[in-house]
Amino acid sequence: MTIKSSSADDRPQTADRESNRLSSIVHGQPSSNFLKAISAVVWKDLQAEFRSRELFSAMLVFSLLVILIFNFALDLDIKTRQSVTAGVLWVTFAFAGTLGLNRSMAIEKDRGCLDGLLLAPVDRSAIYFGKAISNLAFMLIVEAIVLPVYSALYNTNLFQPGLLLVILLGSIGYVAVGTLLAAMTVQTRTRDILLPILLFPVVIPLLLAAVQASNGVLTAAEASQIMRWINMLIAYDIILISTAYMLFDYVVEE
Amino acid sequence: MIAVKKLVKRFGLKTVLRGVDFEVQPGEFVALLGPNGAGKTTFLRILASLSRPSLGDVQVAGYHLPNESAQVRARLGVVSHLPLLYGDLTAEENLRFYARMYNITNYETRITEVLEMIGLENRRRDLVRTFSRGMEQRLAIGRAVLHDPDVILFDEPYTGLDQDASAMLDGVLKTVAAQGRTVVMTSHDLARAEELATRFDVLSRGVIAASTSSSGLGQNNLLTFYKQALAG
Repeated sequence: MTIKSSSADDRPQTADRESNRLSSIVHGQPSSNFLKAISAVVWKDLQAEFRSRELFSAMLVFSLLVILIFNFALDLDIKTRQSVTAGVLWVTFAFAGTLGLNRSMAIEKDRGCLDGLLLAPVDRSAIYFGKAISNLAFMLIVEAIVLPVYSALYNTNLFQPGLLLVILLGSIGYVAVGTLLAAMTVQTRTRDILLPILLFPVVIPLLLAAVQASNGVLTAAEASQIMRWINMLIAYDIILISTAYMLFDYVVEE
Repeated sequence: MIAVKKLVKRFGLKTVLRGVDFEVQPGEFVALLGPNGAGKTTFLRILASLSRPSLGDVQVAGYHLPNESAQVRARLGVVSHLPLLYGDLTAEENLRFYARMYNITNYETRITEVLEMIGLENRRRDLVRTFSRGMEQRLAIGRAVLHDPDVILFDEPYTGLDQDASAMLDGVLKTVAAQGRTVVMTSHDLARAEELATRFDVLSRGVIAASTSSSGLGQNNLLTFYKQALAG
């Protein structure tokens, strides 16, 4: 009996062990392993969240409460409301996102599952990308629900392609760095407090660009003015994803 | 199968392992004993590539750590006192997830084999959070052997198990060891260690203080050997 594995030829074997090997196991090619691991992590997160709805419901209820509180606190005229829309939206997304990031990593830590992930023979950045993609999916779903509620409460049309693009780019950057920092802070006892303390200073440039670009779209500013902020968002996304890709292995290993 | 030379592990100013030399031949079942805080878990985490050694040479299944950690992980299974399983997934969903992470292509057959081996075939569609601690631990062993590893590390696998669950785990451990795998198990349960292992190493004050095979124990029981090792 033999097993095909990624590098089975150089694998030390004893005669006894070889004879006991299980023929049912066939390992795929390592090149496909990276994408398969990412999709496995994403699928697992979605499946677990579909059952528990812990993370999603916490993010959604929090977001709705925040925009409701802002609605009462900023009892302004329609024109002024439009000028604060971008700020209110991004404050809501940032705080709700922190809740989601914390919970997403806490699920991995509580039953030792993070170790289970790290024990898999895959490039550990696949775990990072898997977690980041599922975090992004949760954040985008919450945003997709918050936008119509906000539109109704503030009597503002938020369904503009430009704004949706800005929200997507801003969320990608936020989740990219947030997933990395959540993986770091989850190892500590004060993870709930530590994540926002570390995350918010890092994402200030991102939030600044996202708020300015959103404001530009909502106030129908010149395209060149909006593009400046969108370009900054894209650049920041690339920098954050690259940094997280390079650092994740060091962050999760003792 | 495992060769460790002069392994040192520091956490900041604290040195946990102070030059551990440790060797395990293929097919051996080694019980790693020692008091709380001796560094047993740290040592196993280094072997599992979950922690980087500060100094020293570590080889598992012919591959060096930390540089060839992916190759080591492909040949290694780990069972700790935590289940490493997702409570909101069923038993088979957990195994399917790990099978995909280990890039096993025809995993459905293998999952059925493993569930039969650990006696959870009839609970395969139940959520893990509804399992007892003993069932969780059996499934954890199933997860660890899913990719047919050469080496299995058990870190206090009996923690939190009642007598029945422990007896059932004994059976699963014996099956796993009988398949010719190399096993290293940390435990405080000397009676169980004596029953299962073929060699006993005592880790104390960051070094291997004593080592003997089951035949080398002679007329002494393991408790006497253990006490002498700690006193020395």
